[in-house]
Amino acid sequence: MKAFTYERAKSPAEAAAAVAGREGAKFIAGGTNLLDLMKLEIEAPTHLVDVQDLALDQIEETSDGGLRIGALVSNTALAAHPKVRKDYAVLTRAIVAGASGQLRNKATTAGNLLQRTRCPYFYDPNLPCNKRVPNSGCAAAEGFSRQLAVVGTSDKCIATYPGDMAIAMRVLDAVVETVTPDGKTRTIPMAEFHRLPGDKPWLDNTLGKGELIVSVRLPAPVGGQHFYQKVRDRRSYAFALVSVAAILNDDGTGRVAFGGVAHKPWRVEAAEALLPQGAGAVVAKAFEGASPTEHNKYKITLAERTLAGVIAEARS
Amino acid sequence: MPSIPTPPITRRGVLVAGAASAAVTTVPAAAQGPAKAPKSTPVPVKLSVNGKEVELELDTRTTLLDTLREHLKLTGTKKGCDHGQCGACTVMVNGTRVNSCLSLAVMHQGDEVTTIEGLGSADDMHPMQEAFVKHDGYQCGYCTPGQICSAVAVLKEIEAGVPSHVTDDLTGPMPMTRAEMTERMSGNICRCGAYSNIFDAMAEVGGAKA
Amino acid sequence: MKFDAPAGKNLFDNARIVGKSTRRIDGPLKVTGAAPYAYERHDVVPNQAYGWIVGAGIAKGRITAMDTSDAEAAPGVIAVLAAPKMQPVGSSNFNYAPLFGGSEVTHYHQAIACVVAETFEEARAAAAMIRTRYDRAEGNFDLEANKDAAPMSGEPKTRGDFDSAFASAPVTLDETYHTPGESHSMMEPHSTIASWQGDQLTLWTSNQMIDWAKNALASILGIEAANIRVDSPYLGGGFGGKLFVRADAVVAALAAKEAGRPVKIMLQRPLVANNTTHRQATIQRIRLGAQQDGKITAIAHENWSYNVPSGGSGETATAQTPVLYAGDNRYVAEYCAELDLPEGNAMRAPGEAPGHLALEVAIDELAEKLGMDPIALREVNEPGKTVPGQPQKEFSERNLVRCIKEGAQRFGWSARNAKPGLVRDGRYLVGMGMAAGFRGSPTMKSGARVKLAANGHITVETDMTDIGTGSYTIIAQTAAETMGVPLDHVTVELGDSLYPVSAGSGGQWGAASSTAGVYAACVALRRKIGEALGFDGDAATFADGNIVAGDATHALTDAGAMSAEDTIEFGKFQQDYSIGTYAAHFCEVAVDAYTGETHVRRMLSVCDSGRILNPLSARSQVIGAMVMSVGMALSEELAVDPRFGLFVNHDLAGYEVPVHADIQEQEVVFLDTLDPAVSPLKAKGVGELGICGPGAAIANAIYNATGIRVREYPLTLDKYLDRLPALV
Repeated sequence: MKAFTYERAKSPAEAAAAVAGREGAKFIAGGTNLLDLMKLEIEAPTHLVDVQDLALDQIEETSDGGLRIGALVSNTALAAHPKVRKDYAVLTRAIVAGASGQLRNKATTAGNLLQRTRCPYFYDPNLPCNKRVPNSGCAAAEGFSRQLAVVGTSDKCIATYPGDMAIAMRVLDAVVETVTPDGKTRTIPMAEFHRLPGDKPWLDNTLGKGELIVSVRLPAPVGGQHFYQKVRDRRSYAFALVSVAAILNDDGTGRVAFGGVAHKPWRVEAAEALLPQGAGAVVAKAFEGASPTEHNKYKITLAERTLAGVIAEARS
Repeated sequence: MPSIPTPPITRRGVLVAGAASAAVTTVPAAAQGPAKAPKSTPVPVKLSVNGKEVELELDTRTTLLDTLREHLKLTGTKKGCDHGQCGACTVMVNGTRVNSCLSLAVMHQGDEVTTIEGLGSADDMHPMQEAFVKHDGYQCGYCTPGQICSAVAVLKEIEAGVPSHVTDDLTGPMPMTRAEMTERMSGNICRCGAYSNIFDAMAEVGGAKA
Repeated sequence: MKFDAPAGKNLFDNARIVGKSTRRIDGPLKVTGAAPYAYERHDVVPNQAYGWIVGAGIAKGRITAMDTSDAEAAPGVIAVLAAPKMQPVGSSNFNYAPLFGGSEVTHYHQAIACVVAETFEEARAAAAMIRTRYDRAEGNFDLEANKDAAPMSGEPKTRGDFDSAFASAPVTLDETYHTPGESHSMMEPHSTIASWQGDQLTLWTSNQMIDWAKNALASILGIEAANIRVDSPYLGGGFGGKLFVRADAVVAALAAKEAGRPVKIMLQRPLVANNTTHRQATIQRIRLGAQQDGKITAIAHENWSYNVPSGGSGETATAQTPVLYAGDNRYVAEYCAELDLPEGNAMRAPGEAPGHLALEVAIDELAEKLGMDPIALREVNEPGKTVPGQPQKEFSERNLVRCIKEGAQRFGWSARNAKPGLVRDGRYLVGMGMAAGFRGSPTMKSGARVKLAANGHITVETDMTDIGTGSYTIIAQTAAETMGVPLDHVTVELGDSLYPVSAGSGGQWGAASSTAGVYAACVALRRKIGEALGFDGDAATFADGNIVAGDATHALTDAGAMSAEDTIEFGKFQQDYSIGTYAAHFCEVAVDAYTGETHVRRMLSVCDSGRILNPLSARSQVIGAMVMSVGMALSEELAVDPRFGLFVNHDLAGYEVPVHADIQEQEVVFLDTLDPAVSPLKAKGVGELGICGPGAAIANAIYNATGIRVREYPLTLDKYLDRLPALV
């Protein structure tokens, strides 16, 4: 870990300006992913702006009946919030499917959105990885890829977004609210928050330099039955092979997003419109144009079977 | 030995890939940034550890874990992976369990930290420590302090109604079941495999249903 | 003491302490964080500096340049050791891959440099400033691709005429099974504090075999063994991964010399899998021929594994096959390819652990072909009193059929539906499986010193280690029993090379051997006490702090302070016997019919291991091995990238060992047996037996649940998803 200087910001605008104004500066909140990567020098900030004092740890109801979740609300607190449990159960279910109790106590809402990929080639500084070192090559594409992305990939990167919470936020049509270094606010729909790797896989999301997430807004509850089914190699404390976040209505319609399959939460609205036709139709559409590897093509079958299980449960 | 020509080192580190047998020559990722790192200026850190106020001058890079182990010589908290993958470093901060390896000391100004040493001593054990001894909830003992800190916290989390991955009814009362306990304990790896004994210890302290 | 003949009746047959469930005497230290592990021994020597090892970025080739100038100039740096600037260290009987020095790289993450600095943070940061250039050489990293070129190791074990018997058998099976490389992944990474005083080297380290370590270090460092002290009272797990000296110890010693002060090193977790040793992958072909009544007439088991070009054996997965079943015609062979992967070396039940994953599934498959219950098939093929093909070699004690029957009854095996894929519980397909288990029970010479204090307190000193196995407690039990004192009057000191040389912890020999050595030393002390007080120590009864010798009664404290030392030496007669441990393992799984995820619902192991010295900790050994078996069967795999020659998933997030949620109900039953051939205590090890078979029981249960047979471990869902029942 490279040496860095450290400060604690007093306001969101001050924090944003502090990061924007300094080469190599980064925000730190929970730190559970950033410090992991700093120890490997995959991240090497020279200055950390700690945002823990920013009073962004509240969950409040919005005028339209939704919720505004402060950026610093811990995963545990968000999952445990009574209204989230009652009206946004998919979000609670997704959060508690991720990481461990200890990590969820420390991890924040904003930080969780910014989790970087768990691709093993990204994590080994000796190996080529376009996300870690631009234009160094992608070792994963022809390597050990059974955990990696099958859809929305590029020839430069097949990393997945590894988180769970964001998959649920995507089906909930959440909106990320930020402060930019010039003091202005901006909103980014979850659909547009994470990027596809394309030619620039080193960019995970659409935030600008110094742009600070201050909250995530959930629209008013949409009802329906909420599911988050995460499939993994062991029963807990593991990243998803595939996950399904779904909100299903009694008439067979609903919403669905997939995790563990792409560089971002994977929701295709045209595919979920086929929910009344069953999992096969949804997955066929959602994974249209997928380019899996030999190692991870099972994920498409798994996505279909997992969704089928969720639909069956909803009907039972 | 066949030698594959390798490109020169650049500031970014040379990484050539593509063809399956391509040569790879690398430099550590450090070479991606400025070669000379600034000297880290120590910063003052104030903590309360097991009820005792401590003041230290620490490198900003020092984790809470290394603060405990290397500076305060409280070595009961263990380093198993240093990357949040094993849970051996679990401690309570302001009453909440966290991985102390993934937290910087400097981020904990004024925080109250409780470690395994703060729960009890060999002559005066916490009920959970006693239960671990009784049920042989350990083998090598290395993950044990983290397991015990988590176990104590898990019972409180269930009592407080914090939901978990195995909670059926998110809005109903939280049952003290084996499934709830083992799911919540899953962030503490025990390679010796004492899991079912740890459950027995927790069940005794927490009063579990099957 | 020489153990030259099977034990007769002795004091352990009326034991009051040995054989009773006993809480660990080191337990309070472990649960309060007070037990000292290697890296945290701040008290042993002042002025410790921090070392950080740099691992090679290639798997094979040469370092052409290493620029350490930035690292040397970095804040806090005391010394930088660059392998290319140093002579390669020596080797030992126990290390095959080079440990440090020179420019040649033979495996990924080989230690190539070490930075010593005032603080941990400074050492780590400076280490990242070292720039290394390599000439990367082509290497062989793929077992499958190198299988056919692999030479046979030793001679095949043959009996009768396998080919003819197989060709004429009415029912045959010919299947090939794959097991992956595995990482010990003990929770405490390899760690050492090294300190020199003149030419005297002390290592506070984490090592299972103190005397091996001391002698290996002498040979590696080129110094006298007499000048080395190794101390390892507590280990955070080993499982074979700490049987041998690794780079942490060697580099710490070199770095401490270079820095002129003590240096401590903990191998960083991402280096553990590739820098140290692992259990190698295997490819196992099994052919079985049987009569319609189930009697096996032909067994062939061929195993392909690998090791580094500089030595070592493969993962010898056929180890159990000559012993487990009857059968007149046999062919058992081992092949070992040379690969440029990291060194393979012992991991918990080397050989048998993956061997059972193949053999015990093959037997299950054969049972199905025969239309027999797998339990009945195993009974039919139970050998007689001698090892198949070795009529002179008796089984010292073998109760496999009892294990199987008792297990079947307890587990409710009769409720199993022999036809697979038919039992449904909601969305789950439910099945039961079982497997037999065998693991040898070797013994090793083992010594101890026993001290009697004036107040009657007993202290045992031996270089035996406790790697979580419970050595402290069984040694205390043995001494308390033999000296006739309560358990809390015994202190046990372990793991220091200043103490008498013991068997150490490995190969399931530790418990039997080390307690026998302590018994020998106690007997020597009893004689010495007898000499002092004027009676025959062998004939006297030591109990309750008193000694009854003939008509006289003495208090133990009458003897005054004294000590005695002895070593148990196991006689050649043991070679006349097959001394092994046996088990029957049962398992019930639920396989999610949609996703293919397997949940292990309950497990049972019935073990035949002679006297169980401490049922409490022995049970823990077995449940722990069952947990590791769940990992072996379902999730653990060192994934090889054959382009770069490394294990890619080299941390605890990528290499998935079981977690709490994977483990639900576990039950262990010990048969009440004694094995007089093994030691005076008639006790055998059990910690490795527990990993011989449960993985196969899981595989068989998955088959029973789903009707899908996967012969490539781990049994992850991607391997059979497309064979699960179609979605409705």
